[in-house]
Amino acid sequence: MSRKPRFLPLYSWLLIGYLVLPILVMVVYSFNDVVTGIPNVSFTWNGFTTRWYQHWSDVPGLTASAWLSIRLALAASAAATVAGTMLALALVRYSSRRFRGKAVIDYLMYLNIAAPEIVMGSSLLGLFVTMRINRGFWTLFLTHVVFSVAYVVVTVRARLTGFDVRLEEAAADLGSQPLTTFRLVTLPLILPGVAAGALMAFALSLDDFVASDFVSGSIQPFPVWVYGATRIGIPPQVFVFGTAIFSLGLIAAVVSVVLSRRQPAR
Amino acid sequence: MSRLAFARRWGRGATPYALGAPAVVWLIALFLIPLVVMLVKALETCSPITQACTMTWHWSEFSYVWHGSAQSIFTSLRFAAYATIIDVLLSFPIAYWIAFYGGRRKNFFLLMLLVPFFVSFVIRTIIWQFLLSSSGIILTVARDLHLVGADYHVLQTSGAVIAGLAYNYLPFTALPIFVALERIDKNLLDAARDLYSSKVEVFRRVIFPLARPGVFAAFLLTFIPAFGDYVNQQVLGGISNTMVGTVIQNYFLTFSNPTSGSALSAIVMGISLIAIVLGGIAIGARNLGDYV
Repeated sequence: MSRKPRFLPLYSWLLIGYLVLPILVMVVYSFNDVVTGIPNVSFTWNGFTTRWYQHWSDVPGLTASAWLSIRLALAASAAATVAGTMLALALVRYSSRRFRGKAVIDYLMYLNIAAPEIVMGSSLLGLFVTMRINRGFWTLFLTHVVFSVAYVVVTVRARLTGFDVRLEEAAADLGSQPLTTFRLVTLPLILPGVAAGALMAFALSLDDFVASDFVSGSIQPFPVWVYGATRIGIPPQVFVFGTAIFSLGLIAAVVSVVLSRRQPAR
Repeated sequence: MSRLAFARRWGRGATPYALGAPAVVWLIALFLIPLVVMLVKALETCSPITQACTMTWHWSEFSYVWHGSAQSIFTSLRFAAYATIIDVLLSFPIAYWIAFYGGRRKNFFLLMLLVPFFVSFVIRTIIWQFLLSSSGIILTVARDLHLVGADYHVLQTSGAVIAGLAYNYLPFTALPIFVALERIDKNLLDAARDLYSSKVEVFRRVIFPLARPGVFAAFLLTFIPAFGDYVNQQVLGGISNTMVGTVIQNYFLTFSNPTSGSALSAIVMGISLIAIVLGGIAIGARNLGDYV
């Protein structure tokens, strides 16, 4: 390689600073006191307080929306991961002679990834209204799986493509049943791909606003609740929840980086 | 053939279909069918009083919403295009640096690129609204330093919306470009240099062509969601630069007019598909499927 470029590190750190800046502002202002009667975030600094952390659950609508988002993300990412992994296995392992319609399924997935969320959200709203389905947790669940399952398929498929099929054949030669082979050989080897797909589905669901805005009905997931609050004033607890979710995500990511480093090179 | 052997053979033949069924049925029932229902709804006429809809093959709905919303569609296309171009230009150097010089700290830098994902999209946009507001920290300092005039403002302008879109989708651009650059065999670069390529030529004839799949994925993950986005426009923009997402949202959620909303949604879907094909051609993708 040629010698190290000098301006690239500086540029990269500046860009990282730009990405991190709003998050720092959120964390700092979650400790900002409020002097007016109505507890809404203000961006003038009124002094340091941990009040909003002590009273984190004082805004009932906000707490309910945060729990809803977590339950929804868990349920939707679990369903999308199972269904997506199964489809990825079928697409990689079976030739188009044994699995007819493979090409059509590929197009269906690309169409799904290419569709703007607003089109998915509004068309699902139309479907639910036409079928007189009440909007709530289950319509949100169905919607979140729709926009995340194709991402799981693509992620798991990428991992499966480099898979040595002889390992499974060896297991079968040693008398292993197909399900046992899957549990003891296939799954452990593709697990990083499955985990990446599951994390992606979880993150997509947790942060989804546009599609949820259309299909949520009377209950509101966290981003929809926060967006609604922007019109009347944002309670400081929003930043507390934001900081908590950010910290948990960061810890999970750091742990996964450390674990992946500790794994011996294959 | 014994019954058992027959069942086993049939069972083996059915395996791929059984494995694929849940995801495929889900996508057909809740992605494809809603798109068809959307088209059907666009062609119906609804009574404003009873809300009952009947099929009237009312194709003129499309030209009606087109005339009403073409402005917002062009605004959205323009904003999404600017945001995508800005993001690709901003991402390339950092993705290049992490991929080729990241070394042991590669994972750390990738994590830093991903950091915005851990904070809700809506909260990030609200914070930019605060940072860019006339009483916000950036403009206050700029005014005190006489860099900008007293009545200079950023919010309510197209620039604020484009900046918001560019910020929010930057990781979606940087990651695919990084993945593509990371896959490049470093020996190719050495080979090009050994054959007396200049730096510019190495980039133009080796790095960029090999990064194309990443640039296409970045385009797909940035341009398309930015095109349909309405949060950035509603929070950071004003009423003069309405994006098409806002118009669709209003049709469905404010005016209870699913007919016009569905027609406009269908138009947006069509434009997105055309944009993907054109974008693919512009970036030099030969087979779109290879890059998704």
